[in-house]
Amino acid sequence: MTVLVYAEHDNVELKPATLAVVNAGLQIDGDVHVLVAGHQARAIADSASQIAGVSKVLLADNAAFANQLAENVAPLVAELSANYSHILAPATTTGKNFLPRVSALLDVNMVSDIIKVIDKNTFLRPIYAGNAIATVQDNENKIIATVRATAFDLAVATGGNASIESVSVGADSGKSVFVKEELAKSARPELTSASVIVSGGRALASGENFTKYIEPLADKLGAAVGASRAAVDAGFVPNDLQVGQTGKIVAPNLYIAAGISGAIQHLAGMKDSKTIVAINTDPDSPIASVADYFLEADLFEALPELTAKL
Amino acid sequence: MKVLVAVKRVIDHNVKVRVKADESGVETANAKMSVNPFCEIAIEEAVRLKEKGIASEVVAVTVGGSQSAEQLRSALALGADRAILVETDEKAYPLQVAKILKGVVESESADLILLGKQAIDDDNNQTGQMLSALLGTSQGTFASEVVVNGDKVVVTREIDGGLQTVELALPAVITTDLRLNEPRFPKLPNIMAAKKKPLETKTPSDFGVTMSSNITTLKVQAPAERGAGVKVASVDELIDKLKNEAKAI
Repeated sequence: MTVLVYAEHDNVELKPATLAVVNAGLQIDGDVHVLVAGHQARAIADSASQIAGVSKVLLADNAAFANQLAENVAPLVAELSANYSHILAPATTTGKNFLPRVSALLDVNMVSDIIKVIDKNTFLRPIYAGNAIATVQDNENKIIATVRATAFDLAVATGGNASIESVSVGADSGKSVFVKEELAKSARPELTSASVIVSGGRALASGENFTKYIEPLADKLGAAVGASRAAVDAGFVPNDLQVGQTGKIVAPNLYIAAGISGAIQHLAGMKDSKTIVAINTDPDSPIASVADYFLEADLFEALPELTAKL
Repeated sequence: MKVLVAVKRVIDHNVKVRVKADESGVETANAKMSVNPFCEIAIEEAVRLKEKGIASEVVAVTVGGSQSAEQLRSALALGADRAILVETDEKAYPLQVAKILKGVVESESADLILLGKQAIDDDNNQTGQMLSALLGTSQGTFASEVVVNGDKVVVTREIDGGLQTVELALPAVITTDLRLNEPRFPKLPNIMAAKKKPLETKTPSDFGVTMSSNITTLKVQAPAERGAGVKVASVDELIDKLKNEAKAI
């Protein structure tokens, strides 16, 4: 029984979600290997080998893996699967994209977005936008699952001394070609791993107001900026800031929701935050039912005051 | 070019679901059922491809109980030409659905297969990717823009850091994200006309698929409730509570 964890990275740095998945892997079995599939990704493999508890790192370095295209990555993982009882990947857009493909290649069903490990084949996962929690038992001959990173503590990033082994399998499938990537640039912490998040909703009324009211508070708190779907659809902020069932799932120490009503879809993405603050003019909005602290106020007055007084 | 769209019947997204007392699942009896919102977007995209003259025929397909025919009629009212109901009363797991869809794609010789990125009940986000693997085609998941260009399709995908554009060889499987389009509402004459459009019924065994899965749901429970919070009267009180009570800042 050995667990293979797929490393999330961008060929430059190893993403913290990987540490959470390693921790989930260690809860299943003590023997965890990490697969780094990428291009010129030796530094990523070096980082992975430092993670406490990882016994081996597989490095698949090939131009075909540079952009983690599912058509190229899935056959690689399927081929390496023979030695493993479990294959885990973070429930990021990368993991969600290629892992079901691996699952079908191996002719097994898989489990998405696990939030707790009960034993080696029993897991908890949210369904219905987090409004119900299912306990599922996976009796497939190989267990394949994506892991919700925010539901697990991070494995310690240093202190490990895993060996690094190069694997030379895999090639370009020729079915898909990477064209371009447009990444939102931000000096703020990454949304899914930030310890504080300041989120804005429809009530912000414009993108300029995000810059004027939400961002100064976020900068003061060293926080990431999030948004509701309404704010994204109205074009106030780019879609990768969206928190919710269809956006990112976050669980920071402190989540400040300003001008967000709290639709089921949004709550699914943030209701596991440790402390939730809502600033809203409507005391009956659904966000009030999950907020630890509710400030009934106009955000255009309350946010500058809060920013100034912190 | 023939386009196949897979749709799923789910509890309407506005319904607050209730977990059954015996923990066997959520209460679906009497709950309002609808087309999964991501599937509606897939239907809309297929119909737009037809309106642009790119798609010659749009075929909607679902796997589910006999009542799923209602959701196929919705797809027909929105502009699909024909529908196929693969009828089963058993729980449909993504791999089994993908195997059935593979059979349908092959018998229909579809060039483009559109699905939603996930169903809002099981929240799996698996079926499209599995289907693509079984067919051995390319995949464009979480699509926010789809441009068919000869024998290729250019797909803009929503990824964690922003957007990624890929060019896929046809045939391809594409799963839709919310921002791909704004689904239209069916007009009454179209709803009437949809009743006359062909709807064919098949069974999983027609495609050599058995519905059983090695994954079982042991129980379904309500999530832990958050304790009721407190109202604070001023920004000062909020800062005080965050500093001294929650120790969050």
